[in-house]
Amino acid sequence: MYGLTIFGLTIQEGSVRVALFITCVNDTLFPGTGRAVVTLLRRLGVDVDFPAAQTCCGQMHVNTGYRDEGARLAHHTIAAFSGYDAVVVPSGSCAAMVREQYPRLPGPPGFAAAVAETTPRVHELTEFLVDVLGVTDVGAYFPHRVTYHPTCHSLRGLHLGDRPLRLLRKVRGLELVPLPNEEECCGFGGTFAVKNADVSAAMCADKVRAVLDTGAEVLCAADNSCLTHIGGTLGRQKTGVRVMHLAEILAATEPVTGAAGVARGGRGGAA
Amino acid sequence: MTRTFLGLPGPRPGAAGEGFPARAARAVRDSQLRFNLRKATRTIRARRAGVVSELPDWAELRRAGKAIKDHTLRNLDAYLLQLEEAVTRAGGHVHWAADAAEANRIVAGLVRATGETEVVKVKSMVTQETGLNEALLAEGITAYETDLAELIVQLGDDRPSHILVPAIHRNRAEIREVFAGRMAGWGRPAPEDLTDDPPALAEAARVHLRERFLATKVAISGANFAVAETGTMVVLESEGNGRMCLTLPETLITVVGIEKLVPTWRDLEVFLQLLPRSSTGERMNPYTSMWTGATEGQEFHLVLLDNGRTGVLADETGRQALRCIRCSACLNVCPVYERVGGHAYGSVYPGPIGAILTPQLHGMESELERSLPYASSLCGACYEVCPVAIDIPAVLVHLRAKTRHPVAERAGMAAAGWVLERSGRLARMQRLGGRLRRLAPERLPGPMGGWSDTRDVPELPAESFRAWWERTDGGRR
Repeated sequence: MYGLTIFGLTIQEGSVRVALFITCVNDTLFPGTGRAVVTLLRRLGVDVDFPAAQTCCGQMHVNTGYRDEGARLAHHTIAAFSGYDAVVVPSGSCAAMVREQYPRLPGPPGFAAAVAETTPRVHELTEFLVDVLGVTDVGAYFPHRVTYHPTCHSLRGLHLGDRPLRLLRKVRGLELVPLPNEEECCGFGGTFAVKNADVSAAMCADKVRAVLDTGAEVLCAADNSCLTHIGGTLGRQKTGVRVMHLAEILAATEPVTGAAGVARGGRGGAA
Repeated sequence: MTRTFLGLPGPRPGAAGEGFPARAARAVRDSQLRFNLRKATRTIRARRAGVVSELPDWAELRRAGKAIKDHTLRNLDAYLLQLEEAVTRAGGHVHWAADAAEANRIVAGLVRATGETEVVKVKSMVTQETGLNEALLAEGITAYETDLAELIVQLGDDRPSHILVPAIHRNRAEIREVFAGRMAGWGRPAPEDLTDDPPALAEAARVHLRERFLATKVAISGANFAVAETGTMVVLESEGNGRMCLTLPETLITVVGIEKLVPTWRDLEVFLQLLPRSSTGERMNPYTSMWTGATEGQEFHLVLLDNGRTGVLADETGRQALRCIRCSACLNVCPVYERVGGHAYGSVYPGPIGAILTPQLHGMESELERSLPYASSLCGACYEVCPVAIDIPAVLVHLRAKTRHPVAERAGMAAAGWVLERSGRLARMQRLGGRLRRLAPERLPGPMGGWSDTRDVPELPAESFRAWWERTDGGRR
């Protein structure tokens, strides 16, 4: 799909420019996820750039009905990542925004062409690992019982399929337990969680019950936004289940001190 | 956009003035409703998934369904005339209705001309859309619903809450109460010893309805499809009550939205596979009735209804909603619908399809209509199951961009947009947030409070990712 073998070889020669699109949510609220992505990719021989001009993909604006404001952020984002051979995004939702919605947005002359040129190079993290680098064993160690929630945009938007599970199954010490009704939305939905807070909370209550049924210590996903929503509810209910971005599990290695390989600031739930 | 009557709930208070969030919040707290809906939607959902996975060519069928509908909609003018000609040739009478009021006027006139004051009805969404029963009542004509679920709704002085299963919000104990208490007022009473055993409930309905079928001389129906090449009407159903209505009465009046056309019988074949599997989760529905024009001993009238559809057709993104074949697969899979039910949408068309159809047909003047495009987490489950591939999330986002937004939200979004347009501004805000993070309240202010009522608020880190990158050269020092 992405010219894998050739791409994989050139990466080893160090001539390929790979950019990290951290996303505004990770940048502002979850820097630990970003550091984990950098650690993980370096371990696999990929030295990423962080184009400092990047801000936000514009999804919140567009999906809330502020198309023109969102489109300006999309123009900004496309410009910030021009010239890179690959763009890695540790968020299924933001990657889906770029791939699905950017082609539908209005823009100045040249925007549509730039989108067409850039979007095939934008990879969600697990796509980059499995499809571009061709690895599933990333050398991680994480001795915990873990369940994985496929977020809506990574499942139905990007069609990540079992890529995240293939990566998790190769993590040493990790016990992967299936999440019942995993394909069901957790109820986050961006501003939906605020505009329809009661329905959102009802959806999350069912997701939390499913997570607790697994007996997992850690819930992971490819999107910190959904995890903030589920984790915030897990924390409020004092369940003791932690949420972690997939990247933080994949970055963890031996020896592990404490519970997790990567420290992360206060997020619901006891460690 | 002209305002079209969509059969919005009349007697319910605050119907159009109250937005979806408030209506949904009330529904979410109704534990009986939650239980009924969860059980019903999950059962149909699983059945649909099972029978769809049996067909190796489902994806092709879905593509064909989409392509046929798109082709028909693009050439609707020609196909409508072809249909009119074929129906007329077969002895039927064709009437054109620009809106709900005109359709109701035509139907009432046709019924009056027969001298009858009672009609039986086949389950039909379009006559709910036009509010036909209420309009007929105002003319002294009583319309009797004969679909089992519609009967439950009508007897219970209730509102349908689902396109296919209008009484999905009721469980069998509640249905028993409706039958036992109300049937006598409408005709043959329910038996004294009625239980909530499904066969007993079905038998009570059968006996109640049988008298009606034999005595009533006029029937009103909708149609799932209208085949342009021959002028044939098609109705799919499960109970056979529809067929009773279609065959016994002396006059048959069929009201059809102009988007229900398919050009040929070959095209129909695709939809006869897509619809039952998507709607009831059956390989084939028990009764498929087809008729062409007038038949011996029966007069036939066809009313073709626009009621806002031509306006929708003019919207490049929104027009795909007209591909809808009313299967309800999107309702059954929707996590929002499952928790709030159909009444929260305040419209004849509930669920994801209703959230894109109602605001388009009816405009976005009221609080309720403006809030419908937001009645979704954009999870995409509806698009995935739609048998004619309507990209409902894309249309929702498209409609959100056309709504008028609250002033405070506009200000917040403008501020966020200003900060996010330059990385320097974002970095400064992040530094400020990092310094003030200990002051963050546990309950967020204003509309954001909806978040913190049930969830912990994430703590701002002392240092953003970009600040860390700058300070450490990406972790290299």
